Amino acid sequence: MFSTLLVALRTCAVTLVLTGLLYPLAVTALAQGVFPHEAQGSRVRDARGREVGSALIGQRFTRAGYIHARPSAAGEGYDGMASSGSNLGATSLKLKERVAAEVERLRRENPEASVPVPAELVTTSASGLDPHLSPEAVRWQVPRVARARGVAPERVLPVVEALVEGRTLGVLGEPRVNVLLLNLALDRRFGPPAEAGRGVGGGGAPPEGGAR
Amino acid sequence: MSFIGWSQILLFFALVVVVTKPLGTYLFRVFEGDTRPLPRVLGPVERALLRLCGAADRREQTWGAYAGALLAFSFVSVLAVYLLLRMQHLLPLNPQGLDAVGPELAFNTAVSFTSNTNWQSYAGESTLSYFSQMVALAWQNFVSAAAGMGVALALARGFTRRPGPDGQKTLGNFWVDLMNATLYVLLPLCVVYALFLVSQGVLQNFAPYTQLVTLEGARQTLAQGPVASQEAIKMLGTNGGGFFNANSAHPFENPTPFTNLVQVLSIFAIPAALTYTYGKMAGDSRQGWALFAAMSVLFLAGVAAVYAAESQPNAAIAAAGPVAQAGNLEGKEVRHGITASALFAAVTTAASCGAVNAMHDSFTPLGGLVPLVNMQLGEVVFGGVGAGLYGILVMVVLSVFIAGLMVGRTPEYLGKKIEAREMKLAMLYVLVFPLFTLGFSGLAAVLPQGVSSLNNAGPHGLSEMLYAYTSGAANNGSAFAGLNANTPFWNVTLGVAMLGGRFLMMVPALAIAGSMVGKKVVPAGPGTFPTHGVLFTGLLVSVILIVGALTFFPALSLGPIVEHFLAGAGEVY
Repeated sequence: MFSTLLVALRTCAVTLVLTGLLYPLAVTALAQGVFPHEAQGSRVRDARGREVGSALIGQRFTRAGYIHARPSAAGEGYDGMASSGSNLGATSLKLKERVAAEVERLRRENPEASVPVPAELVTTSASGLDPHLSPEAVRWQVPRVARARGVAPERVLPVVEALVEGRTLGVLGEPRVNVLLLNLALDRRFGPPAEAGRGVGGGGAPPEGGAR
Repeated sequence: MSFIGWSQILLFFALVVVVTKPLGTYLFRVFEGDTRPLPRVLGPVERALLRLCGAADRREQTWGAYAGALLAFSFVSVLAVYLLLRMQHLLPLNPQGLDAVGPELAFNTAVSFTSNTNWQSYAGESTLSYFSQMVALAWQNFVSAAAGMGVALALARGFTRRPGPDGQKTLGNFWVDLMNATLYVLLPLCVVYALFLVSQGVLQNFAPYTQLVTLEGARQTLAQGPVASQEAIKMLGTNGGGFFNANSAHPFENPTPFTNLVQVLSIFAIPAALTYTYGKMAGDSRQGWALFAAMSVLFLAGVAAVYAAESQPNAAIAAAGPVAQAGNLEGKEVRHGITASALFAAVTTAASCGAVNAMHDSFTPLGGLVPLVNMQLGEVVFGGVGAGLYGILVMVVLSVFIAGLMVGRTPEYLGKKIEAREMKLAMLYVLVFPLFTLGFSGLAAVLPQGVSSLNNAGPHGLSEMLYAYTSGAANNGSAFAGLNANTPFWNVTLGVAMLGGRFLMMVPALAIAGSMVGKKVVPAGPGTFPTHGVLFTGLLVSVILIVGALTFFPALSLGPIVEHFLAGAGEVY
């Protein structure tokens, strides 16, 4: 009995050092050496070189000239310290009321867009940090963005299409657009949108694309 | 539902089939072979580690000694994790200055990770330091999986060893099995796996959380940490405890559809491979494939059901206004979509992993029913690392017994007679699980401490409670996560359920192994019921379904089933 406990104690110590210390430290050293950009969180910079976020983590957009992300249940919305879904079920009054309010707001903000509203724009993601939208949900917002930026929708759409990611190997996951990268591309193409949503057109620089 | 969706599911399953034999062969070589892989390199390491542990003699153990070693190791583990969490504020690698974990939460978490459940009453990014995540939790992710493999091997040896003239009584050595599983299987796979995850965008650093100003000028804090190293073992060891609150839905844990495929595959890899290992141990790989086939039938039925259910619109959203729903997107990530979320949910609950890439609480009622049922079948549909194999072997004992009753012959399995003692132990194993699940769910449903934690009202509230105790006692760890489990009542009762679901099931399984191992092998005759054919596989599937359904159908009908009909009628609560 006592000897078994002693072996248990020693085995705990040995495996703890091996798997709890040496293993993660070795992986960190390797990862930092081989994939430093990814290991640090895939940071993204804007045209002026300012770090504005991570390519993998969604953020909130409210200006009319930007494509808006999904509603978020992470903290007050896109809180990187509080990833979470709403966890509301299909018989939830709270869910029904929240969606009704979102639908009302989206239709008010996007009078030129079609009815019905795309589902992602009224549903919260599982993490609350979803960086993506489906191409349809982005295109649905293009008329508003074009109006706010004072450009024709036909000039905005190519920027969107260039950033559509397809399914991996043709079957995995879903087609999607990274909202932060798209808004950065819009800024590069048309300049940053005005606070009130009135764009300062012009800018001929082609979209650069890419995450770094 | 779409053709591409079904293709994604079938591609996944084809990969499971493909890895089963090579990985199963490798596991056989590690645990039962004459020489282990890389004897020049890893051999000396293995011997040195066992010497340090004080287990260099590799003495074969009886079932009692094996169980004693397992319990002693788990006891010390619970204690160590508890103390590490309680002292978190004094330990290094805590750049956010997070405080000590409270006593009930530390107890719950210690039991949870030691029992391979990985239920989480806390949110990782706001509760645990990097040191706690690595040293306390990643450590237990490894060794609780290794211990599970040990028990599975011991039971497999009980059925397959051919006793000598004086009747063999031993089942292997727990310390050797534990070390071999860690050193030859989990560690090397995890190093490669973790690096793959980093290449896709999973974090691996010790930096403090990043403060930044978003494109629109708002403040955002990004959690950081050594995530990839933990993520790899979290999946491969069917642990499932996320580094972050959102688990594998968090883009820093599971950033791309490619990582998602590898994650679901790595949940099933070892449990599936162990069926092949078992077949090799039995000297007849058909015995292993029969188990694999039974598991596959149940898995495919489950994944089809949850995929079909989640492809339906969400009733509360449909009632709210004009929304174009191609399926239920509440609580799902765009990159994974309906299909990969449904697939993940089926896999993580069929295996006792419990990681999630979508919020099960927000699934449609029937979509949420499937994960519940998967767990209630006893985590034998591939199941946990090790736990799946010993679980289904107990179901095999039951099936063989029932077949024996039908033909009026003493039941036997692999040439060994199944007698009263094994049947009693198997029944004990089967009854422990509903005792904890239904007992505690009933208790929570009538106590204010239970119902005050609910996030959803109506029948979905009952489902939240039932899911929690099912997940705890099944050692799964996934949740209807709206439930606020970080209260003294929930932390303590779930902790007890996890302990019961782990050790009160492992010990009877080992006892069965102990009583089987010394039995004489009778050569198969014309009256022997073959345990490798379609007939047996069908019987095994039926027994698993009947045991699960009879036990849990009443509770399910009050939760998800009634909710389904109410949602269809447009009711909200």
